[in-house]
Amino acid sequence: MNLAYYDIKHNLLRFVLTNFGLSLLLGIVIMITGVYGGMIDDALKQARAANADLWVVEASTNGPFAESSRIPGDTRELVARVYGVERAGAVTYQSIQTELNGKPLRLFLIGFESGRPGGPHKLVAGRDILRDHYEIIVDRSARLRLGQEVPLGTRGHKFTVVGLTRDNVTSSGDPVAYVTLHDAQALQFEFAPPAQRREVARGGALQTSDQINAVVAKVSPYVPVAEVAAALTRWKHLTALTQAQQETLLSEFVIEKARKQQALIMALLVIVSAIIIALIVYTLTMDKVRSIATLKFIGAPDRTIIGLIVQQALSMGIFSFFAGLALVLIFLPYFPRRVVLDLTSVATVFAITIVVCLTASTLGIRLALKVDPAAALAAAG
Amino acid sequence: MAEPSSESAVVRVEHLSKHFGAGSARVDALRDISLEVFPGQVIGLMGPSGSGKTTLLNCIACILEPSSGRLTLDAEVVYDDRWLRADLRRLRLDKIGFIFQYPNLLPFLDATKNVAVVLDLAGFGLAASHSRAGELLDYLEVGQRRHAMPAQLSGGEAQRVAIARALANRPRIILADEPTAPLDSQRGRIVMDLLRRIAVEQRAAIIVVTHDEMILDRFDRIVRLRDGRLEDDGNAAKA
Repeated sequence: MNLAYYDIKHNLLRFVLTNFGLSLLLGIVIMITGVYGGMIDDALKQARAANADLWVVEASTNGPFAESSRIPGDTRELVARVYGVERAGAVTYQSIQTELNGKPLRLFLIGFESGRPGGPHKLVAGRDILRDHYEIIVDRSARLRLGQEVPLGTRGHKFTVVGLTRDNVTSSGDPVAYVTLHDAQALQFEFAPPAQRREVARGGALQTSDQINAVVAKVSPYVPVAEVAAALTRWKHLTALTQAQQETLLSEFVIEKARKQQALIMALLVIVSAIIIALIVYTLTMDKVRSIATLKFIGAPDRTIIGLIVQQALSMGIFSFFAGLALVLIFLPYFPRRVVLDLTSVATVFAITIVVCLTASTLGIRLALKVDPAAALAAAG
Repeated sequence: MAEPSSESAVVRVEHLSKHFGAGSARVDALRDISLEVFPGQVIGLMGPSGSGKTTLLNCIACILEPSSGRLTLDAEVVYDDRWLRADLRRLRLDKIGFIFQYPNLLPFLDATKNVAVVLDLAGFGLAASHSRAGELLDYLEVGQRRHAMPAQLSGGEAQRVAIARALANRPRIILADEPTAPLDSQRGRIVMDLLRRIAVEQRAAIIVVTHDEMILDRFDRIVRLRDGRLEDDGNAAKA
């Protein structure tokens, strides 16, 4: 006879209400796990979107994402001539903020050479950039429509949305947008007209915008990537990072602080959940002291009493976990940033929940085992 | 009334003492108690408050460990001068049925399951447990309330369900602590008649702690305690 089941059934409303509160807490734990997963996934996607084997950046830098890198615009031609490099493309990266319909719009802008590595991987709507200027492909999380015009840069040029991508955001959640390399260079390196006029008036050197942040290269499958990287590093003004190194930089170092913050919040939530579960189990056990005394009196072994408490704690954990997961899945589309819930992370949270429930139930078990069977003889119940 | 038969005593208490505390705080709750209860006998345990009735009942129920003496239940030595049998809960489950002053039913189980839980703990199957529980409830004339929760039962009905639970495992010893206290006199006599019937039909030894003078005629023997001592073991009166 499953005593835990009958006790829960007898107090069903209390069980459901208690667990609803707990499910909100576990839902937040699951959500944070998803946000963490999303952050890692976005960081890796950002690096993988370029479909590169090698990243050629400014010497002694970890560019272009972890720190700034600026190299001459003709570096792509140098890289393309190195033995083993199949294809190479010059790219620029910059964060940009503009205003659209009175609301701020943040984008992570990538300048790329059409037909070369570094451009958008797959479009979900629209077409590739065909004109040299003022066309933009943007991730749909920016909530822009095809044909919509977006003002970018200090000169106020309007860029027309011609294509949309999906799940292409940075580790901080900003949508990624693509423009031609020339447009990106102008946006990143050209002075605003008043600053330009001041430079001319003071007789400053002629400004060049022919700079890029990195060159992404595809290496022939018949040539070791390390060999090509070593050859490129012989140029003293360049550093070559492999794709694996770039992914490590992005997924570990760039988001290290955010990762630690989330880990801390999660640890605190798990501790809070454990305390709440322990208190609930303890209170439920307190309510049953007389029943436990009676059970002991009539000869129930300790394992029956422990089973009653552990089963209730586990029921609570399992019910709350799945209710929390359901809430997360229902509200997932409304969350402001990408949430990635893979089976491993969900299973890990579930395992943590079970361990927390078992640990938390020890408080109730201690109380139950201390109950004197003679308490059944005391006052009326 | 049942006579002491040739059968051996089901409950044998020999020179049993129980004290609480030590030194100047020592309280002697039971002093050198000897008592035998035979199959089919219903004995009443009476005495003023603090005389040691409940302490003696708890010692026999294996809830309290005596301080000295010897206790034998259904031919098994439970306590012998500081030696205490280990598996007391199993012994209680197999050999002792206990009727509390208040029914003490588990509030989350219906009447049938409150009775069946004892059989379930003893290792009977679900069907067998429920079948026996149903039989007992019918026997005690509360069969029609078998699906009622304890909160839905009247005092008399709840007490009969509690008696059914005490009888479920066909125990050789039934201990009752003021079973008629929460009932009116008519219901109290019905419960006592029921216990008498059970004692005869199941050859059980029944010990009832009571203050109720109205049910004295239902006992085979009345044992009186005072200040922890046996004032009258009821045998002289019978003789």
